[in-house]
Amino acid sequence: MNTLEFTVLVWLVSVIGGFLGSLTGLGGGVVLVPLLTLFFKVDIRYAVGASLVSVIATSSGAAAAYVREGISNIRIGMFLEIATTLGALLGAFLAARISTATIAIVFGGVLLYSAYVAGQPRTKDPLDDIPNPLATRLRLNGSFPTPEGTRHYCVRRVPAGFSLMFGAGALSGLLGIGSGAVKVLAMDQVMRIPFKVSTTTSNFMIGVTAAASAGVYLSRGYIDPGLSMPVMLGVLAGSFLGSRILFKAETKSLRLVFSTIILLLGAQMLYTGMAGRI
Amino acid sequence: MEEVIGTLLRTGVLLSAGIVLLGGVIYLARHGASPADYRVFRGEPAELRHIRGIAHEAASLRGRGIIQLGLLLLIATPVARVIFSIFGFAAEKDRLYVSFASVVLVILLYSLLGSS
Repeated sequence: MNTLEFTVLVWLVSVIGGFLGSLTGLGGGVVLVPLLTLFFKVDIRYAVGASLVSVIATSSGAAAAYVREGISNIRIGMFLEIATTLGALLGAFLAARISTATIAIVFGGVLLYSAYVAGQPRTKDPLDDIPNPLATRLRLNGSFPTPEGTRHYCVRRVPAGFSLMFGAGALSGLLGIGSGAVKVLAMDQVMRIPFKVSTTTSNFMIGVTAAASAGVYLSRGYIDPGLSMPVMLGVLAGSFLGSRILFKAETKSLRLVFSTIILLLGAQMLYTGMAGRI
Repeated sequence: MEEVIGTLLRTGVLLSAGIVLLGGVIYLARHGASPADYRVFRGEPAELRHIRGIAHEAASLRGRGIIQLGLLLLIATPVARVIFSIFGFAAEKDRLYVSFASVVLVILLYSLLGSS
């Protein structure tokens, strides 16, 4: 395969990955790294570097829209970014010290978990209006616009959420993904932040988290311009398309398709990693 | 504050995508016919790993250097957002969040400058 054919193919796959990633809220990185390593035979370090760059692009692009609508909570984001960026630095340093087979196995595990999350039906937000002292002191409680008027919410279990965010950052730095699934788990399930606020604030944080490990990746030579170019441009185009039709499309069946793909890729990554063929 | 952050992020992404596209066209026009091989990890050459080297490569209009410059700008976009947030929180006289944002900025700068 020559460089032109390779670039066009990688671009096409990235458009599809970005499209499905934005429709399901899982991000494109989660399918791109396994596709690049398993089918294009790209070394996992190059794949992770390219994916990380595309994660910054889509997160910043989407965050621009959500921030203007006033849904993301900038204070929650800023506070939790301390945890995610520290975690991201740790993840990026670990990436150079552990074998590519181990990275593939961890990646496989995260994919299986993401498939599980994507397949779950969304539960209704439980209302919680009892202010938590720590959350109040940190000014994390907020409100967001809904069709029925402004809704206020209170944040709970701050230390547990903060610790989980450190883990999400470490995974992001190690695997070159946004780890949106873990971030939403920490905010939605643990801290009881309304789902819409969780997903948009998570998106807002992903760019900063990824930038923290991208610096380390760049100086280590993991970010290849020839590979990152079609990946970044493709994922960006795909997720833009995805956000355009997000409100029109029937996402339930798409979520099922996407979680099946992730499940298969996860199983394949685990197998390849365990067989040491990566 | 929300309005400006939104504009900042959008401009950063669009500008970097444009530069990456430009670099990509030059790169493909010159190297499109050579074989693509990413099976073996060699790491990027030193001039594509550091800010100064990338600026030099881009200034000599090399495709890969221009792409890398675009990617560098993309990485800098969230950093710019954090810097702006510091001023935003300072204007709101929110000292606690000025310090939180500053901690995040130090971590980001350590990653971008400290490790290179």
